[in-house]
Parts: sequence; C-alpha cells; structure tokens
Amino acid sequence: MSYTGKIVNGGWSLLQGMWLTLKYITNPKTIITQEYPDNRETLKMFDRFRGKLIFVFDEESGKPKCIACSMCNTACPNASIELEGEKDPETKKRYPTKYVWHSGQCTYCGLCVEACPTDALKFTGKYENAVYDRAELDIDLLNSKDKG
Amino acid sequence: MKQIFNYFYHTEDLTRDLDGLLLSVARALGLPDWTAVAVEVLGVILMICVFLALMALFLVYLERKAAGRFQLRYGPNRVGPFGLLQTIADAMKLFFKEDIVPTNADKLIYKAAPAFCFGSAFIALAFVPWSINVAPVDLNVGILFYTAITSLAVLGLLMAGWGSNSKWSLLGGIRAGAQIISYELSASLAILVIIIFSGTLQISEIIESQREGWWIWRGHLPAVIAFILFIIAGTAETNRTPFDLPEAEAELTAGYHTEYSGIRFAMFFLSEFLFMFLVCAIAATLFLGGWMPFYIGGLDGFNAVMSWIPPVVWFFGKTGFLIFVLMWFRWTFPRMRIDQLMRLEWKVLMPIGLLNLLLASIVALSRLYIFSA
Repeated sequence: MSYTGKIVNGGWSLLQGMWLTLKYITNPKTIITQEYPDNRETLKMFDRFRGKLIFVFDEESGKPKCIACSMCNTACPNASIELEGEKDPETKKRYPTKYVWHSGQCTYCGLCVEACPTDALKFTGKYENAVYDRAELDIDLLNSKDKG
Repeated sequence: MKQIFNYFYHTEDLTRDLDGLLLSVARALGLPDWTAVAVEVLGVILMICVFLALMALFLVYLERKAAGRFQLRYGPNRVGPFGLLQTIADAMKLFFKEDIVPTNADKLIYKAAPAFCFGSAFIALAFVPWSINVAPVDLNVGILFYTAITSLAVLGLLMAGWGSNSKWSLLGGIRAGAQIISYELSASLAILVIIIFSGTLQISEIIESQREGWWIWRGHLPAVIAFILFIIAGTAETNRTPFDLPEAEAELTAGYHTEYSGIRFAMFFLSEFLFMFLVCAIAATLFLGGWMPFYIGGLDGFNAVMSWIPPVVWFFGKTGFLIFVLMWFRWTFPRMRIDQLMRLEWKVLMPIGLLNLLLASIVALSRLYIFSA
C-alpha cells in the first residue's frame, strides 16, 4: 500500500472506531452492566448457567426420576455425589434412598447431568450458594426444598 | 444587577474596576500603591489554585464517567448523586496514604519530580485567556513561552524515572523524553501556522485576529491540517492513550510513577489532567478563537446574535468539547508500539507539518482567507 493510502486507510479506520464508541456513549441502552445486588429481584440467569443442582421429580407420581444407577457418581471427577438405592419389589425398579450432593467439592462441570440416562438431574440458575457453615454445603437432593 | 450582567460580557471592565477598587482601598488605608498590586497577585494565585484543584477533580470524574459509557458501563455512580463525590473520596484517600520513598532512590530528585510536573502545569495556566482581558499574564511572546513551559514537564517525568531507581520508571521516563521531544516538533509546526496567519506571538492578539472568523474556517485547508496535527501532538505530549507509552501499564506497570504513592502520585495525576485542559484551552484559543464568539466577517446581524453568549461560555464550551474529543480518543484507540509512535511522528506528522507550513505561507502571503471583509 502506498504512503498516502496507508494514512488515509488508518485515519478512516480510526474514524470508524470513534463512530462506534460515539454510538455507545449517546445510547444508554447499550450499557450491559448488571447492578447486582440492586437488581437481584429481576436478575435472571441464562438457560445454560450452571447454578445449584436439583432433582427432577416425575409429575404424575411425584417420585424422583432417578433410578439410582450411579452413572452420575461414576462420571463425577471429584466424587461429590454420594448415593444409595434400593430395588422396589413390586415394580422391579431401582429408586434412590439417599442422594447427597457435596457442593463444596463440586466444580460445576456438568458431567453428572450429561451422564444421567433419565434426565433426573438439572442445573438451576440459582447462583447465591454461599453459606455460613460448611455442613450446609452437603445438600440432600431427595429432601431439598428446591424442586424442579 | 445590571452591572454584574455587564461584567459577564465585558470582563475587561471587571478587571479594570477591580484594579481601581483595590487601589482606592489601599490609598484610603494609607498604604503604598504596590500593596494593591500584591493583594491582586495573591488573589489571582489563590483563585488559580482553587480552580486548578476543583477542575482537576471534576475532570477525573468526567474521564471516568466517559470511560464507563464508552465501554458500555455506568462509571462511578455510588458515592454521592451520579457518583459526583467519587473523586473527592479518592483525593481524601490519597492525602492520607503513606508516602513511600524507595530505599535506594535518589531522594532529592525523587521528591522534586512531582513538583516539576505540577509546577510547569501551574505556570502554563497563567497564559490561558479565560475571557476578554482575563489572562493572568499576557506576554508579547506568550505562545512561545507556553510551549517552553509545557515542555518543562518532561523534565519532571525524566527525574521521576531516574530518581525512583526502578527499571519500569526509568524506561517510562526515557520513553516520555523521546516522545515529548518528537511530538513537540509537530505541535510547534502547527502553532507556527497560526503565528503566520495572525502575525503575532501574543495570545490576546491571536484571539483578536479571529474577530472575523476563527482561524479553522478562515485559514481553511492549512488551518484544518494544523488543527489535526496539534490535537494529535497534544494528545502525545499529555501522555494520553493512544500515546500513553510512558505509563503503559501492560508493559511497565505504571511507568515513571510506579514507585510513587499518596500525595506525590496525586500530583502526577492532577498535572496530567491539567495538561489535558491546557492543551485543549490552547487549541481552542489558537484555532477556535478562544473566548471569541462565532463571528463571520461582514454579517453584523448574525454577529450580534452570537454576542448574546458571554465570552466565558464560549471559551469553556470550546475547551470542554476538545476535552471530550481527547477522552473519546483515549477510550477508542489502542496503544501504539514505541516504533509505531516514532514512525508516526518522524515519517508522517513532521513531513505533513512542514508541507503544511509552506502551504500556509502561500495562503498568508496571497491573503487567500475566507470571510475577510
């Protein structure tokens, strides 16, 4: 490119940049800052956000979809899932009797949700997971207040 | 009331009446005449000091607010209404912060450096013409003196770089030196164009020469090129992005002021903002007519309407707009590399400046101005 061509080209690209930032400063709608915690009532996380883990319950029977197959446990890279299951003698199906999610160890990688054959595990958009006592981090999903 | 209103438009009356008042008070008290002058000088110094501090604080706030909005953020909005008290809180913090001097620093040079920076900004502020006949100093070589004084600030940066005994500071100081020496050339070439047009070095006469139209219109092509050159060189001389290589936080942590803290750091910070104001004020004075309203030679009706806006408002309006443009530059453009910086000055700006000077001389000799009735 010629000497003058470079100068004109450079000047033009600078003007383009300034035009873009001028649009930003003149239009308040472009602000993307979330004023947390002022907007905690209206702030909604996007669909794929990996927040608190919950159990999915069957709508008709009200029982968990989980079949206690332990695949989530196997998939978990840092053993943050602890579960026990029993076989129902009538229906010959397994169901969980204990399901504890040690969220303090969890890296929120999502491998358990991917591994689950019955889609019984789900991430919610709940992100305020700080607690005062470490024991509160071990969450019993079977009897958890949050249900999906 | 009417008198106050009059003072607003005719500030030359204000200074004259103030002189008379102080002199009559001094004579009534039986004091020699020089006491009146001394009181006036002290008063002006005090006014400049207060104005300086307030303006620097406000400019820091404005800069952060503009930075936020340019980057899709809000900027400071927690301390006070619209975050207005944010910089006051920051200044308070800097006042009470510990002043750390590195063990192996060259103590004298280290401590004198911020004073040099701040002092040169302070002296240069004396040349700013706020309104009609309201300029603390109006030398017959005013603009030359202004260029000399503002270049003195780089001595402060070099001293800070050397005195800190830190490699970051030294590199920053050296870069600042190289940068200011280089860009002083194109800034001076741009100023020379206006000196050729107006035929004077006195700032008040340069403004007076724009009574029939600001030089940026009247001088058409050479003046516009000189204006762009001056703004680019001014940005470089104030060490602002995209020319903030002496600070370059990505490479040099904070450049020449890496080792400074507390009030000494604040002095560097404030002088940076004062220099930004100075460059904009001088650019507005030389190219956009300073306090001169938007007059067009020959159109008396139009000029009368323009005179309704007081000169002080014109001055601050123009300066404020240029300050906004500099902030706009800062938050849009990425920083240059040191070799790009040097190439821009020596291979682009300086040749253009020299050619432009030639063009301006031709225009001035053949009186090819626009709006010259």
